[in-house]
Amino acid sequence: MHHSRKLLAATVAAFAFFSAPVVKAETPPDTLIQAWAIDDIISLDPAEIFEFTASEIAGNAYEGLIGYDPMDVTKIYGKIAESWEVAEDGMSISFKIKPGRTFASGNPITAEDVVFSLTRAVKLDKSPAFILTQFGLNAENVDQMVVQTGEDTVQFKMDKPYAPTLVLYCLTATVGFVVDKKLVMEHEANGDFGYEWLKTNYAGSGPFTVREWRANEAVVMERNANYSGDAPPMARVIYRHIPEGATQRLLLEQGDIDIARSLTAEEIDAVRANPDLKIMEGPKGSIYYLGLNQKNENLAKPEVRQAMKYLVDYQAIADTIMKGKVTVHQAFLPKGFLGALEETPFSLDVAKAKELLAAAGLPDGFSVTMDTRNTPEITGIAQAIQQTAAEAGVKIELIPGDGQQTLTKYRARNHDIYIGRWGPDYQDPHTNADTFARNPDNSDDAASKPLAWRNAWDIPDMTKEADAAVLEADATKRAEMYVKIQKEHQETSPFVIMFQEIEVSAMRSNVNGFIVGPSFNDNNYAHVTK
Amino acid sequence: MSSATRRDWLLSDQPASRRQARLGQAYRTWLAFRSNWLAMVGLGIVVLLILVALLANLIAPHDPLLGGDLRTERFLPPLSEGHLLGTDDLSRDIFSRIVHGSRLTLMVVVLVAVIATPIGLLVGTTAGYFGGWVDTVLMRVTDIFLAFPRLILALAFVAALGPGIENAIIAIAITSWPPYARLARAETLTIRDSDFINAARLQGASSARILWGHVTPLCLSSVIIRVTLDMAGIILTAAGLGFLGLGAQPPQPEWGAMIASGRRFLIDQWWVATMPGIAIFIVSLGFNLLGDGLRDVLDPKARK
Amino acid sequence: MSDSTIDGGRGSALLRLLWKAAKLLATVALTFLGLLIVTFLIGRVVPVDPVLAVIGDRAPKSVYDRVFVELGLDRPLYEQFWIYLQKVFSGDFGESFLTKRPITEDIARVFPATLELATVAILIGTVLGIPMGVWAAVRQGRLADQVVRVLGLVGYSAPIFWLGLLGLLVFYARLNWVAGPGRIDIAYEYAITPKTGLLLLDSAMQGQWDAFRNVFSHIILPAALLGYFSMAYISRMTRSFMLNELAQEYVTTARVKGVPEWRIIWVHALRNAAVPLVTVVALSYANLLEGSVLTETVFAWPGLGQYITNSLQNADMNAVLGGTLLIGAIFVGLNLLSDLLYTLLDPRVRRQA
Repeated sequence: MHHSRKLLAATVAAFAFFSAPVVKAETPPDTLIQAWAIDDIISLDPAEIFEFTASEIAGNAYEGLIGYDPMDVTKIYGKIAESWEVAEDGMSISFKIKPGRTFASGNPITAEDVVFSLTRAVKLDKSPAFILTQFGLNAENVDQMVVQTGEDTVQFKMDKPYAPTLVLYCLTATVGFVVDKKLVMEHEANGDFGYEWLKTNYAGSGPFTVREWRANEAVVMERNANYSGDAPPMARVIYRHIPEGATQRLLLEQGDIDIARSLTAEEIDAVRANPDLKIMEGPKGSIYYLGLNQKNENLAKPEVRQAMKYLVDYQAIADTIMKGKVTVHQAFLPKGFLGALEETPFSLDVAKAKELLAAAGLPDGFSVTMDTRNTPEITGIAQAIQQTAAEAGVKIELIPGDGQQTLTKYRARNHDIYIGRWGPDYQDPHTNADTFARNPDNSDDAASKPLAWRNAWDIPDMTKEADAAVLEADATKRAEMYVKIQKEHQETSPFVIMFQEIEVSAMRSNVNGFIVGPSFNDNNYAHVTK
Repeated sequence: MSSATRRDWLLSDQPASRRQARLGQAYRTWLAFRSNWLAMVGLGIVVLLILVALLANLIAPHDPLLGGDLRTERFLPPLSEGHLLGTDDLSRDIFSRIVHGSRLTLMVVVLVAVIATPIGLLVGTTAGYFGGWVDTVLMRVTDIFLAFPRLILALAFVAALGPGIENAIIAIAITSWPPYARLARAETLTIRDSDFINAARLQGASSARILWGHVTPLCLSSVIIRVTLDMAGIILTAAGLGFLGLGAQPPQPEWGAMIASGRRFLIDQWWVATMPGIAIFIVSLGFNLLGDGLRDVLDPKARK
Repeated sequence: MSDSTIDGGRGSALLRLLWKAAKLLATVALTFLGLLIVTFLIGRVVPVDPVLAVIGDRAPKSVYDRVFVELGLDRPLYEQFWIYLQKVFSGDFGESFLTKRPITEDIARVFPATLELATVAILIGTVLGIPMGVWAAVRQGRLADQVVRVLGLVGYSAPIFWLGLLGLLVFYARLNWVAGPGRIDIAYEYAITPKTGLLLLDSAMQGQWDAFRNVFSHIILPAALLGYFSMAYISRMTRSFMLNELAQEYVTTARVKGVPEWRIIWVHALRNAAVPLVTVVALSYANLLEGSVLTETVFAWPGLGQYITNSLQNADMNAVLGGTLLIGAIFVGLNLLSDLLYTLLDPRVRRQA
């Protein structure tokens, strides 16, 4: 027996040695560590980047021709471009490139690089390419439409005189970021413009370089030694993939990370009470909405659409489940956008909803399904709506699924109700009008499938109004046009628009200078100190 | 008949009838089982689970799906007035949800057993009885299923069928039959060439009849013990699927899914995830104790 | 086993060995093919559009159609499968839609994490499980036996993801005894040059003892949890094997001869019980290596289980197929290994050799 005792004693001793309290490892002073869910990254090539995380990375690692002040988006300034000029006929814009700036590789940034980057994005034709091609560009004509006109000048031509702000905002999107032609073309294979290489590598000129992307694990960024602006204080910025808010909070409280990016409402409350930590928030353009499929005969009734808008307890959700993460917002243009409508005419009113349902010939309500992405927040909102709708006899059955599954179904118009979140692609009102209020072809095999199409909402008149707004050069008039569309949209559309997102990050109190912008590629840590 | 004489009748060394012999055997088994207090605790837990599931409507004080006021009744701690185990993020009574969740747990266990046992028996006995290429093919298929990790195979099936408790049950059943098939095959091999099977064959009984009428009943007891022993595993797999968001779906009060949604509040509202975890633990412990006890009394190899 | 009892000449023994090897190879190949077919079919039935994983939600139709063809989804199912098989035989497992890297590279990255966790866990499980099983067998029916039994049953009954969460809450958040989720603190991440991918080994070989301690404090909680579950199984099987051995005649003989009791238990009986135990440990190890999806999820452990689960949810079938094949290989490999060890260790077989 004494053998086993010895063994036991040895084991206990070994455990005692190792399980002594862990020496607390603070994050290195020149490294910023963020916890976020980075599983949405599918590419690091600006011509393909379209997701939240990758956009933010690109925003800190690449530069576009122009940018805007994240605090006031109407202030547009040159980044790679020194100046620009809109032609009198409104059919083209000329850019003059700042001299003497370089990429991280040391190569100079030239007009040639700008032309290359824009034509490359159009020719590769990845997901975000439409942001550029909507101005009449395509793989065949782009070499004539985007041209170098002098040693340091580039001309961007269009097929119609679009509102200049629309064009400029589109060029601030990640798809318009400038890549290092020389470096990229060194890695070209089979005429792919270096796409295979760039989707996991880096060829930019921003304050940071992307050193490494390990899918679902981490992204490591390093200070760009050749950056033409002020060198960022942080030598390294690391994103760690931690999808769980609770885990992020633990890590933050322990000092294992500097910033937690996806906390829930409860965790935000807890962090607020902790003197070592602080909260930083900024409104984002993302909108939470319900899409009511017009192929469902009950939901197609105007009164039912209206009734659904009275069956959501907007304020209670914003005050509890989503506390601090959303504000009630009921129009398709988010606050901060040109022409955004801020009226919120709807609130929970079961009696009114019942009346409307009775008028639609459904006094006892009806049963309907709701496809719900299985993230905690979407599920929480869905369940809260399920509870209030039941009070008017509308029995909602939740069909939860992984993001890709629910999306597949939504894109095929096979849902009844879809609870979704939509973020604008660029800072111009057209981005959301294009998807919420335009549906040029409602047939099943339509070429473009905006959200209005996905909910089978056939709106020829509203489509025309939205098209007209795109060509209006006068900003005030243009804003009025969007307000009018939104008002009609609010009353009649099959979209129950509920909330606008507030992005909340929690950080150690020694972290300063993190900028939260209106879109993810505006989130900036070039000036962060700790 | 007084209890004493009934007992003597049951334990008689010279049973007068087959019935008496069988009942006597069952009674001795019961006595052996009863002397194992751990097994009795297990039995008690399982009986309690069944009772709670049957009487859920009477026991649960609140609606398991509809919560109270979001503003005032969220995250009430345990032992709050009217909420024995507290409330969750949607102001729902956790006790009521656990009580109603017992139905889902019971349903999973019963349905998986009802689906997987016959498949395992059929495949195993057929393979064992016929031998040759039938055996090779069936056992190869069984091995392929065994070579998959169970949870990942179940995950794959649920991904293919879509999340939901019914599909989780099917997926678990599909992944749990191979061991039963192997067991049934082994049992069949030991009795395939016995005299009474040969006798039945000589009398002209069809293979199907022999399989179903003679072979299967003899394999049944060992397979049932194995299934009982697996029940806890089934419950844990179902909870695991629920935890990964692929099993029962909200707002259904499935315990695994409750832990999954409660984990976000673990630090400050620990009870939301802890209570359903305790429920899973108690119930699977109950099945384990019961299965363990059953094996001790029924499996002659384990009885020493 | 039956083969070894038959007496035969040298030549026929070689022939038999070859025949056996060929049969084994065919079996393994068949199992793999079956695994591939099942996985492939599941992948095609999953109601997720794989194109979306490649291009995201907002791509216009032209992009969608092009990628659809690029992925070969316009071909009939059997053709898709045939193309995939051909590639696999030439060593090309394809590229992951999600990570945009070759599957082999991905797996080489995630598998060491699982391997390390499983190895530490099985060490804990074996080192604790075997003595406990022996102890329980020696004290059969007494308190010690009951304690071991209850400990084992508790291990069988608790949902591991729940214990993991509570463990993190108590030992990490409240007591700060262990490190949090993940494999290593960022501060140490660049202190080690990855060679084997097993961080404990890498840091030890490079003499980075601070990093070693950090890695250890990360791995100990999940490994202890998984180890507890293996321990439950191993101690139970040890107990039953030991009971079997202790009832054998040679034990009685040894006792009569006056061999000390501890020697009988720990040397004679345990050596014989070790033969079937090897299989038990190998199987537990295989189970752990298959990726403990739930533990990896709770502890944000970037291992194989998480990789497959995540790929599955995004219909990234190349990744799922590659991962499943690896798991199949591990399973088959460890089974063969335990068979081999069985043959080597079993005194009955050895005596004949």
